[in-house]
Amino acid sequence: MNNILVMPMVIPVMVGILLIFLRPYIKAQRWISFSTMIVNAGIAVYLLNRIQTEGVLRLDFGGWEPPFGILFVADSFSIILVLTTSIVTAICLLYAFSSVGKEHENMFFYSFINFLIAGINGSFLTGDLFNLYVCFEIMLLASYVLVALGGKKRQLSESIKYVVINIVSSWIFLIAIAYLYGTVGTLNLAHLSERIAESGQTPLLTVISIVFLTVFALKSGLLLYFWLPGSYSVPSTAVAALFGALLTKVGIYAMIRVFTLLFYHEQSITHTLIGILAGLTLIGGSIGAVAYKDIRQIIAYNVVIAVGFILVGLAVATPIAMEGSIYYLIHDMIVKALLFLLAGTMITVTGEYRIDYMSGLIRNYPLFGWIFFIVMLSLAGVPPLSGFIGKVLVGHGAIEAGSYILLALAFISSIFVLYSLLRVFLNSFWGETIISKEDKVPMKNGWLIPCVLLTIGTIVLGLGAEPLAVYVEDAANTLMNPQIYIDAVLKD
Amino acid sequence: MKINNVILQTVAKIVAFIILTLAVYLFLSGHNSPGGGFIGGLVLASALVLLFVVYDIEKVKNAIPVDFKKLAAFGAFLSVGTGFGSLLFGAPFLSQSFAYFDLPFFGKTELTTVTIFEAGVALVVVGVVVTIILSISEDV
Repeated sequence: MNNILVMPMVIPVMVGILLIFLRPYIKAQRWISFSTMIVNAGIAVYLLNRIQTEGVLRLDFGGWEPPFGILFVADSFSIILVLTTSIVTAICLLYAFSSVGKEHENMFFYSFINFLIAGINGSFLTGDLFNLYVCFEIMLLASYVLVALGGKKRQLSESIKYVVINIVSSWIFLIAIAYLYGTVGTLNLAHLSERIAESGQTPLLTVISIVFLTVFALKSGLLLYFWLPGSYSVPSTAVAALFGALLTKVGIYAMIRVFTLLFYHEQSITHTLIGILAGLTLIGGSIGAVAYKDIRQIIAYNVVIAVGFILVGLAVATPIAMEGSIYYLIHDMIVKALLFLLAGTMITVTGEYRIDYMSGLIRNYPLFGWIFFIVMLSLAGVPPLSGFIGKVLVGHGAIEAGSYILLALAFISSIFVLYSLLRVFLNSFWGETIISKEDKVPMKNGWLIPCVLLTIGTIVLGLGAEPLAVYVEDAANTLMNPQIYIDAVLKD
Repeated sequence: MKINNVILQTVAKIVAFIILTLAVYLFLSGHNSPGGGFIGGLVLASALVLLFVVYDIEKVKNAIPVDFKKLAAFGAFLSVGTGFGSLLFGAPFLSQSFAYFDLPFFGKTELTTVTIFEAGVALVVVGVVVTIILSISEDV
């Protein structure tokens, strides 16, 4: 019995419901949500270690055996993501305590954060394709509320676009699931994988896989990222950080899962296509990151570049590239949250959005400035920090597979990331200060501490790559050998 | 202008009871035949909506002093709670069970844990539907 497997999803659901009854008690809401995330992180660590000794774990809901019932499956890959999600959310919540404001915290803010996390963790853990759709919807419904919470004009106009895009993509998702069910007659991921392997990936199945690719590309911002910079720049800082860190990653997770477990037979078609899309995303994201002067746009395009980079690893599909993608995924969740928090804080203290209107911030807030500098190095992939190991491994994999164009694009995009953030640094942090001593907005500890914690996160992840390697190798190994997953689910 | 709707109100008093009875019937029959918590809850909510339309919101709110947002939350709590219940018995999450009991008035009756889950679903539906209708009516 592995009932603990469902906890990362069900505890946030339960807490979210209970917080509705605690509406007037904001302090209680804050700390209950925070402890929920810490508990989730603890559960994830426990599960991660159990998986190393016992192999892939599963939980059949209501005792219905697969492939008939719905089940949760935990392999190292999904649990690593659950762990990172819990930690990043806990830290973003700390930032939310001192930035969201009573009038919005009162509007079931923490309930919806909990529902969002429930949906994300459910998506990572589920072993059933339709259940994946349901968890996506839980996550999206909560995100609709969080985007619009605040009710500013720009928020509402962007949230309508966001809702429409996601409803259309969910609809395509549903159609793709229906096609697949009509073709192979099952929705259990392991069973699907087995049946597709038996019948061979026929052209029909390859077409269906491309429909899935479209859906996940829309959700993760792979080439179809036109909605992303707008929607990610309107919500309050803590929410934007959660979105930037987590939401696209769920799309990436689904894509990696589907194209390593189900549709891995016709790599010359599907993985080449993913490679082309990833390349175009890197180019588009790089152009966007250097084109704008609005800091919110710059960091949103940095999210896009990271999506392209991670999926280069999937397109190359060698074990080493896969490890690189997983490392980079963890790194990106931490660093993107930090980047969004920093940008949000810059906007709060200066009251400006454009980087050429800010100047000399490092004189007013030295520690804050140096944190930005570290993030920049981490994103560019400078060695002791966390971006390095992922970039090296993806590059290594690309050379092994002989995909030199993708390799070149991936590394040139790193230079663009560095350039775009260096431009922010030079414009906003160096130079004459524009904030006089009297007007200086005091830097709250509640803003600085989460940033420091995430910075420590990126340093620890960079230095601690070695102990983490065991788990990442196991995750990549399970992804590259679908039989391990299938055996864990279908054989007792 | 005051509309005289004595006939409407008189009919509604009776019809509301019929609808509520149907809701309970649909809810209970849902175990083995068409029906269930979702449909039962919708029908139940329609009875409340009828009352809101026929009388004014103030009057019905005084008669039924329930916060429908909290009702929905309580329903969700109940449904998820039944999932947790199975943990106490060491069964997989969301396990269900049933047994036959000899009750005084009903005779031999099948009691199931699914009914608690479905009751939660029904409460969520009622709470959400009424909240939606009320917040739309506040806008106009």
